[in-house]
Amino acid sequence: MTMRDIPSERCQDGRPRLRRFHQARWDEPIIFELSRQGQRGVLVPQTKDGIRDQVGNVLETLPPGMRRSVPPALPELAQPHVVRHYLRLSQENLGADVNIEIGQGTCTMKYSPKVHDQLAASPKMADLHPLQDERTVQGILEIVYRFEQILKEISGMDRFTFQPGAGSAAIYTNVSIIRAFHASRGEADVRDEMITTIFSHPSNAACAKTAGFKVITLYPDRNGYPEPAALAAAVSERTAGLMITNPEDTGIYNPKIAEFVRIVHEAGGLCAYDQANANGILGITRARDAGFDLCHFNLHKTFSAPHGCGGPGGGACGVSRDLERFLPVPLVSRDGDHYGLDHDLPDSIGKVGPFYGNLPVVLKAYAWVMNLGARGLREVAEVAVLNNNYLLNRMKEIPGVTVPYAPWRRIEQVRYSWEELARETGVHSEELGVRAADYGLHYWTSHHPWVVPEPFTLEPTESPSRADLDEYVAVMRQVAEEARTDSAMVKGAPHRSTIHQIDHGPLDDPSQWAMTWRAYRKKVARSLSKPPEACDRCT
Amino acid sequence: MTQRRQPFVHPYIPNSVPQAKEEILAELNAESADEFYEDIPQDLRVVNELNLPEPLLSEHALRHHIDGLLAKNQSASELLVFRGAGCYHHFVPAVCDEVNRRSEFLTAYAGEPYDDHGRFQALFEYTSMMGELLNMDVVNVPTYDGFQAAATALRMAARITDRHQLVLCGTINPAKLSKIQDYCRPGLEVVLLPSDPIAGIPDLAQLESLVTDQTAAVYLENPGFLGIIEGRGPEFAALAHRHGALCVVAADPISLGVLTPPADYGADIVCGDIQPLGIHMQYGGGHAGYIATRDEERFVMEYPSRLFGIAPTAVEGEYGFGDVAYERTSFAVREQGREWVGTAAALWGITAGVYLALMGPSGMVELGETILSRTRYAMGQLEKTSGLRVRYREQPHFREFVVNVDATGSTVAEINDRLLERGIVGGHDLSASLPALGRSMLICVTEVHRQEDIDLLAHTLAEVL
Repeated sequence: MTMRDIPSERCQDGRPRLRRFHQARWDEPIIFELSRQGQRGVLVPQTKDGIRDQVGNVLETLPPGMRRSVPPALPELAQPHVVRHYLRLSQENLGADVNIEIGQGTCTMKYSPKVHDQLAASPKMADLHPLQDERTVQGILEIVYRFEQILKEISGMDRFTFQPGAGSAAIYTNVSIIRAFHASRGEADVRDEMITTIFSHPSNAACAKTAGFKVITLYPDRNGYPEPAALAAAVSERTAGLMITNPEDTGIYNPKIAEFVRIVHEAGGLCAYDQANANGILGITRARDAGFDLCHFNLHKTFSAPHGCGGPGGGACGVSRDLERFLPVPLVSRDGDHYGLDHDLPDSIGKVGPFYGNLPVVLKAYAWVMNLGARGLREVAEVAVLNNNYLLNRMKEIPGVTVPYAPWRRIEQVRYSWEELARETGVHSEELGVRAADYGLHYWTSHHPWVVPEPFTLEPTESPSRADLDEYVAVMRQVAEEARTDSAMVKGAPHRSTIHQIDHGPLDDPSQWAMTWRAYRKKVARSLSKPPEACDRCT
Repeated sequence: MTQRRQPFVHPYIPNSVPQAKEEILAELNAESADEFYEDIPQDLRVVNELNLPEPLLSEHALRHHIDGLLAKNQSASELLVFRGAGCYHHFVPAVCDEVNRRSEFLTAYAGEPYDDHGRFQALFEYTSMMGELLNMDVVNVPTYDGFQAAATALRMAARITDRHQLVLCGTINPAKLSKIQDYCRPGLEVVLLPSDPIAGIPDLAQLESLVTDQTAAVYLENPGFLGIIEGRGPEFAALAHRHGALCVVAADPISLGVLTPPADYGADIVCGDIQPLGIHMQYGGGHAGYIATRDEERFVMEYPSRLFGIAPTAVEGEYGFGDVAYERTSFAVREQGREWVGTAAALWGITAGVYLALMGPSGMVELGETILSRTRYAMGQLEKTSGLRVRYREQPHFREFVVNVDATGSTVAEINDRLLERGIVGGHDLSASLPALGRSMLICVTEVHRQEDIDLLAHTLAEVL
């Protein structure tokens, strides 16, 4: 028997070979195609005789026209088939737990501890009604109260609400508070302009517009952030406020941020800090210390709660003492050993969502901080920054990669550019990203507009190891090389994904787009309108 | 900056191991992470460590601490809960939890269709099943909750009609109304037509006098906040349409196995909350909102939410998915988009899809019948209790109904205190928010309440009054 040489089989030039990945490909039918008449997935409690004797046939008591004439045409599946179908779909999904999750920059895709999910699944959290007597929910109210104290310390703000459903809802809440503040001073009609920057999340601009403001967007100079002079030229007696991220989505921290805040304050506006990118500055610098009046954190990003395919998330809005009275109701308060819900806030903007927000997410965020402590939070920030700068150094070595603005250091993420490679090969950033999927990795270009040409945004957080970072870089190097040697192959990607290249045409064509199976059957796939039982594929 | 101490090695942070960190610092030719913070002015730096509680480093200690806090809560499995008012204790099938706890779904975010095909298909199937329930062809990827869905549906109506007035009919949950008013503040006028306190439903003649050629939408909830099933849906819709307005209806999807979907009586936009569909109450943390319309471009282009569509791939018969009309969103065009879009409640959309797949047509029909029957039974039992008066008993109800306690001489709060001593969470107290109803509570009955549970409520009420 010959001994096998593991290093030589698994490695090349002293580094592990690229992963021979293939995404799960179940070619899974749409659930309606799996339907078989008469199958049941779950049985529900029936009306028993005792009740029936009393009430008779209730359906006959419905107003004419309000009794549904035809049962909804939902699919009929036995339980094992429902489970199998959805588990196959789950396998065709690249959750953060199964890949080196650094390619969705600005999303802070850090590890979400499993113990948090178990705690939040406890009936003592999952099965609480939000209008139960306060005495029966002291535990969750105490968690909210304690976490508020933690965020006050982290941000320097004076009061928090957790009612917004996620980050953009928190931005809207802050906009609404700014509007209420100016209205309280009789300036609602005068102060109708909101200022933001192009590298702040699009929701800062979009929420301001939705709330009725005119949006002024500042663009970066050669340093990657706008100069104070540009802001000074933009403010006036019409300025309601500034909505800004820092570090911005480029990963560059605006060193003149305190001056920005001062300029807006002097013009009579308020300043709201979108802390979506706070991970690299936890315990390093605080919103209130730079003079901000409002801020918000994304608990599903910075504070480890899972992203859930796009929510539920958690938006935590913090404000300074002067703005407390405008917060949405209720707030959680403490009186000795008793925790309660305080609805008595006459100037409140009211409700921004039902009840108190996504409190299981708050529970997870609280557990995360309690497990790390102050020193741990600082470790999170510093390691995230080290990882990001290590990645930056490695990425810069790849021919074709450039780093617009300040290429020497970044905080938590970097917006890179493939402009040179695209010019050389004709392969675009989006296409390289699709090819990266063939290696089992996420990759995200960036929000529009693409101020950085051919962009992609990487954010490693504190979660990966050096080997993880090296693997990501090796794949980026590989796909860039493939663009040079076989651009047609890259442009034809994916090749090892769940599916093949999608024809996006129908998605923008009103005569072909279909957002439900019924619409698809009517508009595009008439041949499928025969009963699903007749479909061979499903048997 | 920080003094030398024991190394802090944390299980969630691979590079917290000193050797790993030193290797990275050496690669970066740096002394410490401080060098990368140079852009942060010294006067904005936190001088000392944050003042936070001592960490509970071991997983066991953390779990012990949180379990200890949660132990102070009493859940709906310990108490008998008859409270709804926007959040509902329905049965959650095990498969719903099994799927939404799968870490491939739970920890995914916003990947492309090639990385996250499963998420796109699961959400497309969710909207497709909702489409069947609602009898409508377009359903959005969930927004945050039913409040947001209603507020956005109304703003959509204003954009579609290019009008500024919204007429809201019936008794609306005051919390939801507060959200709608905040969200519609810029430029829109919200006109209220409350229910007639005697009849429990809004007066159509009065509605006729409120609707003008500037009315964008006539908004109705069915079943209403007080559980009443509105039988005059077609008349509301016809009235709206006569004036060139749209009819927007908020409907609880769990009622639609037995109740006529609003589209069938003329609704143009339908909205609501999907929490009842297989999602735990979570102290109000289990909400997600749906919006549905016909498949017309003028409607589709006014959605702010993501819309997932089905598309062909390079391989025949293979399904691909993607964003429909992405250019209308704020992701694509910032403030030029419709309202805004962001992380919302996708996991609950997937969960509600699983729920509808399990229930099927028969499950939804049977469940609806069960809830209608138990509601009617509970109304009958409480009516027999001296001092209690079931309001609007001649109206058909779904899941909730109003009980007035004026004749008992006690307040709702006092009665609920006495019930709680006996392990029962009574109805939601309406006395302050809807004073026209006197001292009243909103009782909620679902399929989880057995006949003996309802009888126990009635007996206990008789005992404490």
